[in-house]
Amino acid sequence: MLELALFYIFGTIAVVSAILVITQHNVVHSAIFLAGTLLSVAGIFLALNAEFLAGVQVIVYVGGILVLFVFVIMLIAVERSTFERQFNRQWKIALITSAILIGELVYVVYQGRDTFVLAEPAVPLVQGAAGNSQQVGMGLYTTYLLPFEIASILLLVAIVGAVVLAKKKTQTE
Amino acid sequence: MEFAINYVILPLVKIGIILAVLPLLVAAITLAERKVIAFMQVRLGPMRVGPWGLLQPIADPIKLLLKEDIIPARADKWVFVAAPIITLIPAFIVFAVIPFGPTINVLGTPVTLYVTDLNIGVLYVLSISSIGVLGIILAGWASNSKYPLLGALRSAAQMVSYEVALGFSIMGVLMLSETLSLVGIVEAQRSSGLWYVFLQPVAFVLFFICGVAETNRAPFDLPEAESELVAGFHTEYSGFRFSLFFLAEYANMITVSAMAVTLFLGGWLRPFPNVEALAFLDLIPGILWFAIKVVVFLYFYMWFRASWPRYRYDQLMKVGWQFLLPLAIANVIVTAILALIFRG
Repeated sequence: MLELALFYIFGTIAVVSAILVITQHNVVHSAIFLAGTLLSVAGIFLALNAEFLAGVQVIVYVGGILVLFVFVIMLIAVERSTFERQFNRQWKIALITSAILIGELVYVVYQGRDTFVLAEPAVPLVQGAAGNSQQVGMGLYTTYLLPFEIASILLLVAIVGAVVLAKKKTQTE
Repeated sequence: MEFAINYVILPLVKIGIILAVLPLLVAAITLAERKVIAFMQVRLGPMRVGPWGLLQPIADPIKLLLKEDIIPARADKWVFVAAPIITLIPAFIVFAVIPFGPTINVLGTPVTLYVTDLNIGVLYVLSISSIGVLGIILAGWASNSKYPLLGALRSAAQMVSYEVALGFSIMGVLMLSETLSLVGIVEAQRSSGLWYVFLQPVAFVLFFICGVAETNRAPFDLPEAESELVAGFHTEYSGFRFSLFFLAEYANMITVSAMAVTLFLGGWLRPFPNVEALAFLDLIPGILWFAIKVVVFLYFYMWFRASWPRYRYDQLMKVGWQFLLPLAIANVIVTAILALIFRG
């Protein structure tokens, strides 16, 4: 009961601030609402007994990525962006395509509703002091080692790519 | 009834005590800081208010609260007002997991001297305190002024850089204690019979250096360098709003000190908790041991400020990325190998 109430509270905050992120004219205001969305997603994780995920969500997304977003935003002229038009001329086509996309999504979810139901675990997932973090760690380094390593190599490639792009620019200038 | 006492009344009382004591503590630290630095520079420090200037911490807040609250005309009002609050709240709620002492008996009821013992305690402290920097950046941007913007940019770059090394320096301790809970880490130090500062000396030094940088204190106080940026990110703030930033900075100093004590100096444990001959030291209650150790760290903060000149910006980045971070990673690797050898 409590979990459900928490889910609806955090879910509402997340959705409302996500809408505000894209409707705000000022980019910095968007960033603040993005923080609201990310924090309420962390709240949902907490309500689902995924403490480790909630902590990582806050430290990576709010403490790391969002701070870098704001850092970059401050280096560009925010005043100009507030006067730009938020919708361009293709909004009718965009509306139709996104409506089709939502329709597809709803259809897929409706058709596959039986497979989405997860089996109830026989024992409670969180036990003892180290519970959740330990399980995430064991999962990542045993069962899902290969996907985990592939993801980290992907990130490494992205970092190297960013460095190469940045280097090239300074050399040609 | 039992449930109400354990999960509603007691936590509320503890939270109330923390919220009341913390600002008083900050006031005391400001006086101590001015006195300590004054003595180090062969001055007397504040002497006018009360005997030996002891009432100065009361005079300061009164002055701050009576000042005019100025919001610059071209400032982003909404963000300008929110920024100090965004900085202050994380600085305070971090104290929910800091273990100030062991479980004690009050009128036959066991009372824990911490609000809660999270199983992700260390992660909680790191993640919550990483939100604080957002308030500092927003303050600098919302002021719509050059110096605050520069200060905020410096602060963001500095805090993001040093957070990485800080996280790595903690990992050594976590490998030894095998838990993220702060209470668990203190208990692990009791059962191993050694404070982790002896097992992780490199990590300890790294942690404190990065902690000083995270709190924007000398010699890492570039974001608020008086001589070049006026006051950095809070140049345009006055009166009450300025005091919120001030409160957050000093609360963060206490957090870093308390975390250093918990992770490396055995929290509320007496020195050498396994040596029977020193059992008489247990006469001093755990919470007092904790307080003594924290005060020592706060004294170091003041000592640093009185002794060292400020880093230059490029030096700051060089130290963080080219020296502290590789050292922290090396420490993690060495600790992992040694733990594997000795523990099998």
